[in-house]
Amino acid sequence: MNKRLLCAVLLCLPVASQATSKVSEHILKNGLKVLVKEDHRSPVVVSQVWYKVGSSYEPNGITGISYMLEHMMFKGTDKHPAGDFSKIIAENGGDENAFTGQDYTAYFQTMAADKLAVSFELEADRMRHLHLLPEELKKELEVVTEERRMRTDDNPQAKLGEYFMATAYTSSPYKHPVIGWPSDIANYQVEDLQAWYSRWYAPNNATLVVVGDVQTQAVFDLAEKQFADLKTSDIKPLKPQSEIEQLGVRRLIVKAPAKLPVMVMGYKVPSLKTSAQESEAYALEVLAGVLDGGNSARLPTNLVRGKQLAVSAGASYDLTSRLDSLFELEATPVEGKSVTDLETALKAEVTKLQQTLISTDELQRIKAQVLASDVYEKDSNFYQAMQLGTLETVGLPWQKADEYVANINKVTAEQVRDVAKKYLIEDHLTVGYLDPQAIKGRTGTPEYTRIVSKHAPVPATTTPKGAK
Amino acid sequence: MAIRLLGLLLLVFSSVTVAAAKIDHWQTPQGSRVYYIRTEGLPMADIQVSFDAGGARDGQQFGVAALTAALLDTGAGKWNADAIAQRFESVGALFDVGASTDMVTLSLRTLTEKTLLDKSLETMQTVLSKPRFNEADFKREKNRTLAALKQQQESPAAVGGIAFSKALYGSHPYGHQTAGEIKTVAALKAADLKKFYKTYYVAANAIVVIVGDLSKEQAEQTALLLVKDLPTGKKPEVMPDVVIPTKASQQHIEFPSTQTHVLVGLPVTYRKDPDYYNLYVGNHILGGSGLVSKLFDEVREKRGLAYSASSSFSPLLKPGPFTVSLQTRNDQTPEALDVLNKTLSDFVTQGPTEAELTAAKKNIIGGFAMRFDTNKKLANYVGMIGFYEMPLDYLDTFQQKVEETTIASISDAFKRRVNLNALQTVTVGKTVEKSAK
Repeated sequence: MNKRLLCAVLLCLPVASQATSKVSEHILKNGLKVLVKEDHRSPVVVSQVWYKVGSSYEPNGITGISYMLEHMMFKGTDKHPAGDFSKIIAENGGDENAFTGQDYTAYFQTMAADKLAVSFELEADRMRHLHLLPEELKKELEVVTEERRMRTDDNPQAKLGEYFMATAYTSSPYKHPVIGWPSDIANYQVEDLQAWYSRWYAPNNATLVVVGDVQTQAVFDLAEKQFADLKTSDIKPLKPQSEIEQLGVRRLIVKAPAKLPVMVMGYKVPSLKTSAQESEAYALEVLAGVLDGGNSARLPTNLVRGKQLAVSAGASYDLTSRLDSLFELEATPVEGKSVTDLETALKAEVTKLQQTLISTDELQRIKAQVLASDVYEKDSNFYQAMQLGTLETVGLPWQKADEYVANINKVTAEQVRDVAKKYLIEDHLTVGYLDPQAIKGRTGTPEYTRIVSKHAPVPATTTPKGAK
Repeated sequence: MAIRLLGLLLLVFSSVTVAAAKIDHWQTPQGSRVYYIRTEGLPMADIQVSFDAGGARDGQQFGVAALTAALLDTGAGKWNADAIAQRFESVGALFDVGASTDMVTLSLRTLTEKTLLDKSLETMQTVLSKPRFNEADFKREKNRTLAALKQQQESPAAVGGIAFSKALYGSHPYGHQTAGEIKTVAALKAADLKKFYKTYYVAANAIVVIVGDLSKEQAEQTALLLVKDLPTGKKPEVMPDVVIPTKASQQHIEFPSTQTHVLVGLPVTYRKDPDYYNLYVGNHILGGSGLVSKLFDEVREKRGLAYSASSSFSPLLKPGPFTVSLQTRNDQTPEALDVLNKTLSDFVTQGPTEAELTAAKKNIIGGFAMRFDTNKKLANYVGMIGFYEMPLDYLDTFQQKVEETTIASISDAFKRRVNLNALQTVTVGKTVEKSAK
C-alpha cells in the first residue's frame, strides 16, 4: 500500500460532517462574547465561561490567587448561599467543575440540552455577585493546601516540574506554579480575593462557549436575557512581563524521596500568539509530532526501543500559550543508564533535526494524524468548546481552530529544520534532573503499626484479612 | 443518528415505557460474541476486542496478563514494533492494549474510509492473532514494567492502593494489582507469556465491540476478520468466589509524605448483583456524586480536611472493592478518619433522607444522556454489557431501575452488604506525635 496515496485519500475526506456545524459569534453590549457550535448527535450541551485571568496575571505575593478564587466561586453569591450552585446543577442532572491555567480560568456545566438556562442563570449570577466570606476562605485555604500537598509536595516529578519552571523563566510570570507558592496561599486575605474578583470577573473579560444540541439563535437570546444586565469592568491592559533573553544554559537538580531519576529539558520558543511568523509556531507543532506523535515517532522508536536508553521519553509544545513558552523534552532512564546519557541522546535528536530534513513519510504521518484527530475530537463537545475558549482567552481568534488542519498541512520539512535551528539552541536551554533520595520509613518491607480511631465500629485488629 | 435517537427515546422513558438502545448481538462461527451499534455523523469507529484475560488470571505469576498485553504490538506477523506503529499512525488510527482486573482490551479508533479502515483492521488482526513474543522485545518491556513498579513506590497513593487490595482480597486473584509485583515480574520468562496467550486469547473467550459509522454488513465482516485466525479454544475456568472479610482490620504504612492517604472498605458488589442499583444510588448520595456528596460535605466543605473525599463501588465479575478514601495532612489523620467512619456508619445505619434520594435520582436520571454522549463512551458501555453478559437492554432499563430504589431498599442493601464490623482500613503517611499543636 502506497503511503502517499493513502494520505491523499485522507486529505479528500469529507471531514466536516453533516452533524456538526460552524461556529457562530455574538457579542453582547456589555462586551460578553458568545460562541455557539451546534452538534446534534446527542441531546446534551456543554456550557463554559472563560475569564481572561490565570496564574500568569499574578504578581508576586499573591501567586495562585486565580486558582483560589476559582474555588471560592462555589462559595455563594448574594442570591445563592454556599453549596447552592452545585446542588442546583446536580438536581438538574448536570456535571460541573472548573479549571485554572496560566492564561485562563474557566467554569463549565454539561447538561441535558434543555437545561442550558439553569447553567446560564447561575453563571451570570456569580459573574458579578460573588459573596466572599472570611470563614469560607479559611476552610478553603486548607483545602487548597491539601491539594498542593497531594499534587506537588508528595510527588517528586511534580516537584521537579515546579522548580524547573522557576529556573527556566526569569521575568516571565510562567515561573509561578498555577496553584501558587505555599507562603502566598497561606496569606491570602478576603480583600485580596475581592480585589482580584472585581478586577477580572466581568462580561467584557469573558467568553461564553456553548457546544451541543442547541439552536444558535435561541442560545444568543438566552445569553442576552441572562447576561446583558451585568455591568462591565474597567479592564486595564496587562503589563507585558516579557521574558528576558536567556544568555546560557541553566541547570538544576531537585533532590527528593523517589525511586527513579527523571530529566527534563526546555528550550525557549514562541507560541502562535507571540511568534513573528505563525508558520514557525505550526512548524514547532510538527516538530513535537516528529519526536512524540505516537509510538512510531522518533523518541519511542530511537530512545525507548532502538537504543533502549529510556523507559519513557516525550516531547511537548504548547501552541496556544499567551506568552513565549518552552519546547520541552523529558525522559526516564532505564536501569544502568543515567540522566546524563539521556541528555546526550536527546540533544543528538535535536542536532539531527537541525542538520537533516525530516522524511516525507514522517511529515505525511503527522498530517494524517492531525486530520484524523480533527474527526475524533468532534466526538467530544467538551473538547471542541475547550479549543474555542482557549484561543479566545489567550487573545487569538477562534477561527484558528478551523484553520488548524490547513495550517499544519502547509508545514514543510525545511520549515521544521529551520525552527529547530533557530530555537532549539543551547543558550536558551534549561535542564533539570530529579536526584532520587531514599524513601525513609519504607526500606525493605513495610512497617505496620496501629492507629486507633474512636469511631471505629469495633476494636481494631490486625489479623490477616480476606481469604480464610 | 443513532446516539441522538437513543438519547431522545431514553429521555422520555421515565414517563413512558419505550424500547430503545438497540445493541445488535451475534456470535461468530467460532463462538466469539459480537456487539454492534451503528452511529452516524462522523466517519469513524471505535472497535474493541476483549478477553477474559486480565490480572485475575495471573495465577501465581502476578503481572503475566499485563505483560502479555504489553507485548502484543511490539512484534506480530512480519512486522516489528516500528512497522506496527507506522501502519496504524500512517492512517491516523489510535491503537491501545490495556489490561485490568477482569479483562484485557485491544481498542482501535479509526476512520471508516475503506482504504484507511482496511489497513488499520489488518494491523489489529495481526497484532491480535500473530504476536511474536520475541526475546529482545520481552526483555525491554519487562524492564519498563519493573521500572514502573519501582516508580510506584514513590507514591503514597499507589502504595496504599496495593495494600488495600491485599487487605480486601488476601490470596484471591483480586488481591494483587494487574501490573504485578517486582518479584513476580522479575521471574517471568517469554515462554510464560506465550503460554498465557495460548490459553486465553482464543475465539471462545473473545468479545468484539463495534460502535461507529459502519453498516451491519461491514460490522459482520470486521468481526469475522478480527477473530478469524484465533483458535476456537474454550472459556477459562470459573473465577473463585471472594471470601468477604468478617473482621475489621487496620494497617498503617509509614511513608515520608506530608499527607496521609486513607482507604477504608471491603469487597461488596459485582456486575449482576441484584442489590446493585440500591448500592449504586446509595453511594451516589454517600460519596459518589462529586461536589454534592455527604462525604465531600463533611470532610471538605464543613471542615476543610482534604481536597478529595469520595466513595465508590467497582463492580467486577466477582465482588469488587467498595472504597472510601481521602488524603489529609499527617497530623489530622485521626480526625479525618473519624469523620469518614462516622459519615459512613451514619449512612449505613440511618440510610438516606427523602430529600437526598430525590436529589440523587434527579441527578442520575437527568444526566443519563451524558453517560454515552460520545462514540467512545457508548463503545465502553457496550463493551461492559458484552463482557459481563448483561441484558442487552441494560441502558434502556437503567433509569427505571434507579427510579425504583427507595429509602427502605437502599438502607436494607447497605445494612446487609456493607458490614461496618468488617471494614479494612489502610493508612499511608508519616506518623506525627500527638503533642504538636
